[in-house]
Amino acid sequence: MSSLRIFFVGGLLSFRALFGWLSPWILIPTYVIAPIFQILLFVYIGRASQTQSDEFYVIGNALQYAAIPCIFAMTNTIAGERSQNTLGAVLATPAKRIPLFLGRSMPVIVNGFFVACFALVVGGLIVGISVPGRSVPGITLAILVAAFACTGLGLTTAAVGLLARDTATLSNIVFGILLIFTGANVALSDLPGWMSTIAQGLPLTHGIEAARKLADGWSFSNVAGLLAAEALIGVVWGVIGYTTIRGLEWLSRIHATLERA
Amino acid sequence: MKRNARLLGMGWLFHIKMLNRSSFNSVLVVLYPLFFATVAFFMYRAGNPDALFYASLGASVMGIWGATTTAAAGAMQRERWHGTLELLVAAPAPFALVLLPVTIAMSTIGLYSMTTTLLWGRVLFGIRVHIEHWLLFCLSVPATVIAIGMLGFLLAVSFVRYRTAWALGNLVEYPVWLICGFLVPLSLLPDWVRPISWVLAPTWGMQAIRESAQGGTPLPDLLVCLGLGAVYTTIGVLVVDHMLRAARARAVLSLT
Repeated sequence: MSSLRIFFVGGLLSFRALFGWLSPWILIPTYVIAPIFQILLFVYIGRASQTQSDEFYVIGNALQYAAIPCIFAMTNTIAGERSQNTLGAVLATPAKRIPLFLGRSMPVIVNGFFVACFALVVGGLIVGISVPGRSVPGITLAILVAAFACTGLGLTTAAVGLLARDTATLSNIVFGILLIFTGANVALSDLPGWMSTIAQGLPLTHGIEAARKLADGWSFSNVAGLLAAEALIGVVWGVIGYTTIRGLEWLSRIHATLERA
Repeated sequence: MKRNARLLGMGWLFHIKMLNRSSFNSVLVVLYPLFFATVAFFMYRAGNPDALFYASLGASVMGIWGATTTAAAGAMQRERWHGTLELLVAAPAPFALVLLPVTIAMSTIGLYSMTTTLLWGRVLFGIRVHIEHWLLFCLSVPATVIAIGMLGFLLAVSFVRYRTAWALGNLVEYPVWLICGFLVPLSLLPDWVRPISWVLAPTWGMQAIRESAQGGTPLPDLLVCLGLGAVYTTIGVLVVDHMLRAARARAVLSLT
């Protein structure tokens, strides 16, 4: 019961507390307007370079933009605690770590999901793409799974926050890597082999591919494998992140380095 | 006059040194536009390889704007956090002369990104950088840097009443990349966008750089770029004066 309370109430409270700065003056430019301009930027580059259809870039960038809330918010679960001088207190509590950290990931996933959905709908309307109505539930699920997988990676970057102070730089770099590798703007077949191989282990790659196929009229059963792969990648990154956090927490106790980073 | 020039020069140098010490403002300034440049290079290589040099020049100037926009918009708020805004405003030196070198230093840091992007394109994508008019190219680049710094100055003073000015600055990063013709020819954009492009100095700076590289006539573009920069500065100075008067009258400079 206590773990459930930590999971739900603790997660929601920490999200509200850590993102207390997320006023409309930040939320609207960052989560509402910027993804639309990212979509437009790549749609027009795509038209100039004559590579893919508008739909390719709208779907790719809408889903890829989920990385902003998912990576940055998860990373801030550690960095934000440090900047508020509460990291030591949080890690000194007897609360179980799984509900403590996973609880914080739930609101992040929901936030990433809504940001990507909004970007897809508005970006699609502005550019004028059409998606079959029967594909909408599948695409919605693909976005949710992609946000989940991305948050798993965010948990790993959050762990790095125990070692490094400048997590904003790290989050931006991870965002950039996802922009290049996941096929959001460049078809995996146009990337060098080693890059498309790495992409298979990154969140968003399979989710974006599944969403594109659904938009092209593929049935859900044909992309279920891609979504399962996306979810598995999210779980693996989440486990890596959680294990790293526990390991670094243990090291910080041994060497008294929690506040040093 | 000499004192003002010294203030501008020393302020620029001082802030260049400070920015160089920040990983967010130096390392990320190089890396972040490089991600976008890499994507653009892949896209152009896949569909329109003849335009790779066009994309390379455009992507390199993206870095200058990227280095300026968010940092400049949040420049005043940063001084607030440091507790130095009141001291700077109270100093006998004109505040505009204190702030202007800050934003020009930010755009100057963007030169790291410009150089790295051109090298990145050359080494990894085989994009040869062939400059027809080196002298004009060497004039166009600093002129663009200064004009972008002046636009940053206008952003800095325009967003002074907002605690979250950095987010508003961040917001204008993509639109300027798009509508100033860095990676997309202006002819592809809707007609109603073009007048907006024309009042933005980066549009003309970009054209001057391209014209000088490709053997055209960059001087008219260069003059318009610098002229627009001067207009931004004039408007910025007027806004600063108004803002400081209002802040003193209402005691709201610190926004606490």
